Amino acid sequence: MADPTQWVKHVELYVNSSSTAAQQAASVDAIANLLKNDLLTLEALVREMEMYLTTTDSTIRSRGILLLAELLTQLKSKRLNDASIESLIGFFTERLADWKALRGAIVGCLSLLRRKSHVGVVADDKVKAVVQSYLQNLQVQSLGQHDRKLCFHLMECLLDRYPAAVRDLGDNLIYGICEAIDGERDPQCLMLSFRIVQILAGLFPGPSGPLADFAGDLFGILGCYFPIHFTHPKEEDVDVKRGELSRALMLTYASTPLFAPFSIPLLLEKLSSSLPLTKVESFKYLSYCTSKYGVERMAEHFKTLWSSVKDATYVSPETNLSTEAGFMSEMGFQDSDIMKQAFVLLQELVQQSNGSFISLILEDEDIKIFMNSLNQYEDFDNIPIDIRQRLHAVGRIISVCINTSIASCNKVFESFFPLLMTYLGLSVAKPHENSCLAEDYNPPGRLNFGALYLCVEVLSACRYLVGSDELTPIPDFANQTWGVMLHNVSKSLAMVFISLLRSNVAENSQNAYVCYGVKGLQNLATFPGSLLAVSKSTYDSILLKLMSVVTSDINKTFLWTLAMNALVEIGSFLDKYPNNTPWSQIRHPRQSTPRRPSLYPTGPFFGYCCSCPRLPNFIDTGNKRHPYVDGGGYDLYYPNLINLNLGSSKSLNVTFSCQLFCKSLLLEDPSLPATAGEIQLIQKHLFHGPRFHKSGGSEEIPLNFALSIWDKIENNRSFNLDSLENELLDATMMAMKQAVGSCSEGSQEKIINKALGVLLSSNCLQWMESISGNTPSEAEGLQQIHKLDSFAIRDEWITSLFASIVIALRPQTYIQNGKFILQFFITTLLNGHVPSAQALGSLVNKLPLKITGTPLSKNLCLDEAVDMIFHSCIWTSYNGSTYERGSSEIDLSSLRLCSLSPESDKIHATIGLAWIGKGLLMRGHEKVKDITMTLLNCMISDGDRGSLPNSKHPSLVCNDEDLHHQLMKSAADAFHIIMSDSESCLNKRYHATIRPLYKQRFSNTVMPILSTLMLKYDSPSIRSMLCRAIAYVVSDTPLTAILSEAKKLIPLLLDCLSMMVEDIMNKEIIYSVLLVISGILVDKNGQDAVAENAHSIVNQLIELTTYPHMMVIRETAVQCLAAISELPYTRIYPLRTLVLRAMLKALDDPKWVVRQEAVRCRQAWASIASRSLHF
Amino acid sequence: MQRKNVIRFKGRLKTRGRERERDRDRDREVEMTLGLINANPVVHAKKERVARTEEPHDDDAIDPLEIYEYVRDIRDPEHPYSLEQLSVLSEESITVDEKLGRILITFTPTIQHCSMATVIGLCLREKLKDCFHPHFKVDIKVAPGSHADEESVNKQLNDKERVAAALEIPNLRQLVDECLYSSEL
Repeated sequence: MADPTQWVKHVELYVNSSSTAAQQAASVDAIANLLKNDLLTLEALVREMEMYLTTTDSTIRSRGILLLAELLTQLKSKRLNDASIESLIGFFTERLADWKALRGAIVGCLSLLRRKSHVGVVADDKVKAVVQSYLQNLQVQSLGQHDRKLCFHLMECLLDRYPAAVRDLGDNLIYGICEAIDGERDPQCLMLSFRIVQILAGLFPGPSGPLADFAGDLFGILGCYFPIHFTHPKEEDVDVKRGELSRALMLTYASTPLFAPFSIPLLLEKLSSSLPLTKVESFKYLSYCTSKYGVERMAEHFKTLWSSVKDATYVSPETNLSTEAGFMSEMGFQDSDIMKQAFVLLQELVQQSNGSFISLILEDEDIKIFMNSLNQYEDFDNIPIDIRQRLHAVGRIISVCINTSIASCNKVFESFFPLLMTYLGLSVAKPHENSCLAEDYNPPGRLNFGALYLCVEVLSACRYLVGSDELTPIPDFANQTWGVMLHNVSKSLAMVFISLLRSNVAENSQNAYVCYGVKGLQNLATFPGSLLAVSKSTYDSILLKLMSVVTSDINKTFLWTLAMNALVEIGSFLDKYPNNTPWSQIRHPRQSTPRRPSLYPTGPFFGYCCSCPRLPNFIDTGNKRHPYVDGGGYDLYYPNLINLNLGSSKSLNVTFSCQLFCKSLLLEDPSLPATAGEIQLIQKHLFHGPRFHKSGGSEEIPLNFALSIWDKIENNRSFNLDSLENELLDATMMAMKQAVGSCSEGSQEKIINKALGVLLSSNCLQWMESISGNTPSEAEGLQQIHKLDSFAIRDEWITSLFASIVIALRPQTYIQNGKFILQFFITTLLNGHVPSAQALGSLVNKLPLKITGTPLSKNLCLDEAVDMIFHSCIWTSYNGSTYERGSSEIDLSSLRLCSLSPESDKIHATIGLAWIGKGLLMRGHEKVKDITMTLLNCMISDGDRGSLPNSKHPSLVCNDEDLHHQLMKSAADAFHIIMSDSESCLNKRYHATIRPLYKQRFSNTVMPILSTLMLKYDSPSIRSMLCRAIAYVVSDTPLTAILSEAKKLIPLLLDCLSMMVEDIMNKEIIYSVLLVISGILVDKNGQDAVAENAHSIVNQLIELTTYPHMMVIRETAVQCLAAISELPYTRIYPLRTLVLRAMLKALDDPKWVVRQEAVRCRQAWASIASRSLHF
Repeated sequence: MQRKNVIRFKGRLKTRGRERERDRDRDREVEMTLGLINANPVVHAKKERVARTEEPHDDDAIDPLEIYEYVRDIRDPEHPYSLEQLSVLSEESITVDEKLGRILITFTPTIQHCSMATVIGLCLREKLKDCFHPHFKVDIKVAPGSHADEESVNKQLNDKERVAAALEIPNLRQLVDECLYSSEL
């Protein structure tokens, strides 16, 4: 046994009102631990605490009782003997009368009553005593919020756990509860009191029990809470949400039918409230109560209920006319919350009432009059808006009635359907006499729109009825009244709908008739198979009509979109119920003679589409221009068809849409601006869509895509593309690269072999032979120039796409006939074909160092390739230049003789060299040095020009001068190509071999050479080229590499800037150099270097603050100047006036951003001396 | 000997300067507790800053908003609120004519007898001098009818000589600088 002195101090601590909450909790825990471990018995504790429990000081007494209660709460899983439970509950029951120490008593009762049966529970008679004491002593509503909550918890526990014990109290109990919850306002307590009433209702279910007498009083208390409305403006302050509370109240209302006589009138009365929320809530409560009270109780209110539903939906509906939806749904009306809830109630009533309610609706005079007056509103455009609203409401009411149950559906059909059909000019009784069955039926004048609308609504409601899963086993619809009726007219109905789509009717672009015609067809076609409303032939003609709209009415955008959507819906429906459709009967006869079985995928709907006579026609149209391509439907078509196919689960469909796309791309005239966008769309769908990644990046799709493009090119010799359609070619190349890049080695080999075949059979080969033929005579040179121009569009496509393949190959991919490919690209590159150059770069970047296995003469390894490139071709170092390449020197004069404009060829060659150099550099090959030297020589060749043999025609000299300048420039620009990252090739996506830090390495080797050359040459043109090269190299070098060299680099960079400022074309380079300088400025290590050159930097920057051609340059220059103000005071103080004067000018800059930066900069510089801006 | 005297004199000057500073501080304290001209100003919410769109405009002329951006955060001489918060200034109260090079700011003192109106005007003038090219002629006025001594305040604020002279007074200069560069807001 524990020493009493030990735990008594805990008791004292707890009872002491000056101790903190944490201390009190700790002492409770401490004592509870003693009790749990049997170091202290409950009796001993109570005996010791006697003084605290019985003292006349109410503060101490309440603390003492609370301590005991808290301890009992902690001991809830420890077994206690019956005697102690009995005495304790007796004690607490008695204490309930002690209002000064109430909390402890309630907590104590609660913890004892909540005990589980295996640890000892309170006996029933004791429970009764508790309840009696509760009812006698507790004035719940006069207590504080927390105590009230505890009281409610206690009552809930009593009702919940001891129903038998409390039931006997009958009237007393109910009266007591009424008293307790009357006037409650706290949300949490309300939740509890609602719960109490619900349990109470369950306790006395009978109509003659004690609750029946008090139901009125009890509801009187509950009634005033409706609708739940928080007076606190912010809901988040309260932990109970309005919605929860409202739901709890609804459950309470519906908890017993005894409330019905009071609640229904109240709710009906509240319906006339002007607050929308109240109306919504009332409808909600009513529908819930309807489902709970049962039909007998509701029957007397049917009339009032119907009139209020009618009021809310038909007489004064609150709908929003949503503009974007157009006619597509509900005539553009959007139901308000009130209407939605009213329809829910309507459905509940129809479902519960077993026919009596529906006859109320069908016999309603207003509805009848409206139905009979439909004749007045024939033309949609002439129907006033309020009538449309009524039409919509009636449609909704009817469809709610129909989709509630089969019986109600039958009733609606009996009363309205024949009438509707009569309006549409059909007869239900004698279906075969309908005039519309003729193939070329045209509706007489205007069709009755109201009837059409209602008819479509009826159809879709029927479809919903048969489609709902609850109806299993499926009843025999065909023998139901409505089934018979519908079946009788379905064919005529389909014909009426189809006639609406006929061209002469559907001319109007946004036509409500067309919209509902298509909708009707869609509904007819999507009944599940066994419950089919239409016969097989009708189904066929519906699909045919829709397909024909899709394939021929491309310029009727509105109709076309609708038809396409309907087809997508029908298709997805078929995919959902594959065995349930008429399709299964239709497919077989047609598939026995498919045109090209290999092409048609097996998806049911897709197969059906393909078996439609028109679509394959479209696909195989060959060279004919197709109607699709005319007009604006073109861009609509692809997204939809692709969505259609991608949405289906068959990957073959995807392949198919690729083929489809390729065909139209290459066969039809793709001179529409939309085409490039479409390729991007395809790309997005095929290579980035979820499908692609879901299938683990399956390469089937890209492989098929690439192969089918090549197929098409192969088969199509008359390639009539506009030569200006570069955008299209670019997009296709991009797609090709991506497709190839995402394939594995094996697939890539397939693609490149296929492409090689096409290439070898094309004109490209002849062309190449002619140009590389070694015939250095002037006459033939001229002829070749002619040939260059005739480098036909088709050849250009082949070359470009072939280059795209090579760019995206994986390093491991085996390339057949590599030497030929190399030769081919060298030739095309000299024709100025940049993708060829990129392909060459990629080739040398990825070729294996050595060939493993049997070396074939046509195969290629890296060294061989490099040798070939350096030996075979036309670029080389100059004769008489300072640099001799030795083994790879090439006879330049032959080239000069064979072409009239050699410089332009050399420009192309330089670009080629740049890409090849980039490829080599990235893999770290040493030959890149040779290429660099060649480029450098090119740049400094200005001085050597005199020594070169000038074989030009005199008249061309001037032109030649210009060309030579361009050559130098392109040599300088080559450094840009080498250093920068390219999106189009030689990157990770296209599997380039990339050695780390290659940029740094290149920069380290080239920069010293460039800077010595800068010292060596005085000629301004050479210097400007060198500057260009330096700028390019520096701006792409990582900053860390630059920082270590900053001291040497800064003067160079400043030179660069001053050289380049003159030419407008240089603004991008200037900007990138400026960024490098600002990088140095901001860095801690760079600042020393800057400090040394502060004066010249500032001068240069000040010059740039007035650079007129690019705003960001001015902005950055001003920012740099501001950064310089951070440098050591002594260095920059002399520059202060200079900068401030420049900033004064910058304050007048036309651009706001620059002005703002100037203000900041000015402030920064002004504050290094004083605050004054005066100088 | 004489040199020593000079040094001592300087030293005394220093102490006197410190004394003056202390006096002034005390004065300010008294003013803050007792003599506030408008002890309980109405404080308005700050307007949300309109982020300028980054894309280059063709027309990027100086507009009232740009000027407002510079002056809205000037602190009131009396209270730790910005002129914007006290509704002394608004974007609408600024007009600018870039062709003529004129800026006109009309401000509304919080109360009719506000003797701080001139200080606010001085602050505005100083701030605009910092932020705009000197070729702009800046006119600063109190809103018509918002000040008891409207005419003389306007006259004082647009008189170059008087403005320059006012800024020569160290106390005033310091007050203006505090308003302009304070980060108390």
